[in-house]
Amino acid sequence: MTNDNIERHVLAVLVDNEPGVLARVVGLFSGRGYNIESLTVATVSEDDSASRINLVTSGTPMIIEQIKAQLERLVPVQKVNDLTEEGPHVENEFALIKIKNSGPERREALRIADIFRARVVDTAVESFVFSLTGSPEKIASFLDLMRNLGEVEIARSGVVAIKRGKKTVIET
Amino acid sequence: MSDNIMSGADIVIKALADQGVEVIFGYPGGAVLPLYDAIFKQNSIRHILVRHEQGAVHMAEGYARSTGKVGVVLVTSGPGATNAVTGLTDALMDSVPLICLTGQVPTHLIGNDAFQEADTTGITRPCTKHNYLVKHVDELSGVMHEAFEVAKSGRPGPVVIDLPKDVQFAESKYLSPEEISQRHYFDKVTGDSEKISEAIELIATAKKPIFYIGGGCINSGTAACKAIADLVRITGYPATTTLMGLGAIPSSSPQWLGMLGMHGTYEANLAMHGCDVMIAVGARFDDRVTGRIDAFSPNSKKIHIDIDPSSINKNVPVEIPIIGDVGEVLSQMLKIWDQKAPNVDSKALKKWWSEIDDWRAVNCLKYDQGHEPNDTIKPQYAIERLYELTKDKETFITTEVGQHQMWAAQFYKFEKPNHWMTSGGLGTMGYGLPSAIGVQVAHPKSLVIDIAGEGSTMMNIQELGTMAQYNLPVKVFIINNEWLGMVRQWQELLHGGRYAESYSAGLPDFIKLAESYGMTGMRATHPDEVDDVIRRMVDEPGPVIADIVVSKEENCFPMIPGGAAHNEILLGLNESQEQTQSEDGMVLV
Ligand SMILES: Cc1ncc(C[n+]2csc(CCOP(=O)(O)OP(=O)(O)O)c2C)c(N)n1
Ligand SMILES: [Mg+2]
Repeated sequence: MTNDNIERHVLAVLVDNEPGVLARVVGLFSGRGYNIESLTVATVSEDDSASRINLVTSGTPMIIEQIKAQLERLVPVQKVNDLTEEGPHVENEFALIKIKNSGPERREALRIADIFRARVVDTAVESFVFSLTGSPEKIASFLDLMRNLGEVEIARSGVVAIKRGKKTVIET
Repeated sequence: MSDNIMSGADIVIKALADQGVEVIFGYPGGAVLPLYDAIFKQNSIRHILVRHEQGAVHMAEGYARSTGKVGVVLVTSGPGATNAVTGLTDALMDSVPLICLTGQVPTHLIGNDAFQEADTTGITRPCTKHNYLVKHVDELSGVMHEAFEVAKSGRPGPVVIDLPKDVQFAESKYLSPEEISQRHYFDKVTGDSEKISEAIELIATAKKPIFYIGGGCINSGTAACKAIADLVRITGYPATTTLMGLGAIPSSSPQWLGMLGMHGTYEANLAMHGCDVMIAVGARFDDRVTGRIDAFSPNSKKIHIDIDPSSINKNVPVEIPIIGDVGEVLSQMLKIWDQKAPNVDSKALKKWWSEIDDWRAVNCLKYDQGHEPNDTIKPQYAIERLYELTKDKETFITTEVGQHQMWAAQFYKFEKPNHWMTSGGLGTMGYGLPSAIGVQVAHPKSLVIDIAGEGSTMMNIQELGTMAQYNLPVKVFIINNEWLGMVRQWQELLHGGRYAESYSAGLPDFIKLAESYGMTGMRATHPDEVDDVIRRMVDEPGPVIADIVVSKEENCFPMIPGGAAHNEILLGLNESQEQTQSEDGMVLV
């Protein structure tokens, strides 16, 4: 298999909210050797009966087609939407970043946080915790800068995504 | 019973009865005792006591594949469930609809490493179409009925229902299939009419067409098999079937080129290689069929009809995918074909057929059977004679896995679907004997023959006990070469004749073994004894083990070595002696 036409796709997978459903999805990916770049899951329906899995994967067009078809075979999967294919969408990620430092680096960290519109959610004598929302690229470049300024601990949510415009994933 | 309130165990049995289940293959244990109690108290469902849970699953597979119904298995928790795993995987690979009920420790002990606890839903998740852990008795009726839908619908497969012991004791209201609400799970059945029209167009203008027919056609049902046979006949085009598709169209059809793939016929494989239009019907372009994928049928446009979208464009990109039930789509196609009555290119076809006839003339399955005193029985001869002497009866064939399986596929011919049961996808040695038992349970009056290898037979030999207990007149026809023959063949062709661990010493005397179970044993050692043994075997009303002592070193040809293309097919040993296997091919199984 050649690597030249690997594409990144963002999938929104609506599933019945029942035990084991995440294991089925993750097991499918590991069992068949597909990539998961990120995966998040939370309930999204009023009665808690449905969850949405936001999944970023990569592969050749044939593999991406396989991934979607295989996901659709799972009994608790209601719907698979390929946001990358279906048109413009918004991708966002949330991160909490702790940085341990002191002296001038501490001030520099605050300055950069300001540029990125990261919020300070915790302050201690030798540390900050920043909260940051944005595209995966924005978070990555923030982290790159922070790593120069001290020891960093990161908690990232993974990508969540939604279509632009009035169409919902149910309608397409 | 008032308001249909009953125990979980009774709910299970009632649900099975309402789903039309007549027989369960199972083995008891602590975690399923309430279910066994419920079985004891009723008469509508029969239970067959097996000797090993793997056997139970293969029996249910044989039952399901020979009837088109769902097979049902019942096993206990822990080792009962883990023993069933090979059978479940086999059923998943070959799309066999099964329900496997497994006992589980009581809900409050789950996760405690309790006695005979196993994470059954965890273990079976990758080898079932779906599985359930029923944590509350109120869910039970719904789960039972949904499980049957899941097992049967779309591309069929096995479903596990894990039943904690306290749930079997607890009481709830039983709900019938009509009373439960189905969830969103369903499959597209009819095909896209635009795609179908396109397909008809392509089929009608083909110059070198071929139908490539798989087990999905048989799964779809007898109507689908009739429809494909009709379409093949009306078009006059050649057709080949996969290992799983044997019997989908009558073998007596002059348009049938035999099986394709690794041990398929020369004509089927070369026609696949050279065709310009391929019509794949319920087949999945498996690696045993395609050979080297980048050299597979390089000049053809492909139409692929399948109910499972994940089977389409998986290994081989196709021009016209049609997702839907094969039977449904074929009847749509036949209707359009009737209306349009297209003129096929008969001149091109004539040329195509003459090409095919030249390949046929090679007579790729030929073998030499001598009848001198020193001559040994050729395995091909034994199976060919078996076919000749049983073809006029309602005969069901199962097989084990190995050379004998491929010879059976080459030399036993099928006129109808559902009469051939073999482990295709998983290639499970030990499948044939129990699956023959399952077939015999479903068809008590019919002739059921397990064409076996002696090696594979040893893998589930304990099921002779099940045959004996229910006096099931299965005929175990052992092609005994004393070798794990298929392994020996690969070692001969690809590993310089270093026969590492492929000879079985210490085989039992199969006649004495049969007799120790109260069955009849017989043996043939010379070609001239074969007919007589087959006749006696068939005439014997009870179970038989026939030990057919065959040439030890016979190889199965034609053969497309792993990693080779269809047109690199080997017809015999002479050409293969020079290493034809590529480096890449060596790593393939
Ligand atoms: C459970 C299992 N283990 C191992 C294999 C690998 N295998 C494939 S064919 C074969 C030899 C089968 O020997 P036998 O049943 O005597 O059949 P023959 O090839 O001699 O006809 C083996 C070991 C397998 N298919 N299944
Ligand atoms: Mg053998």
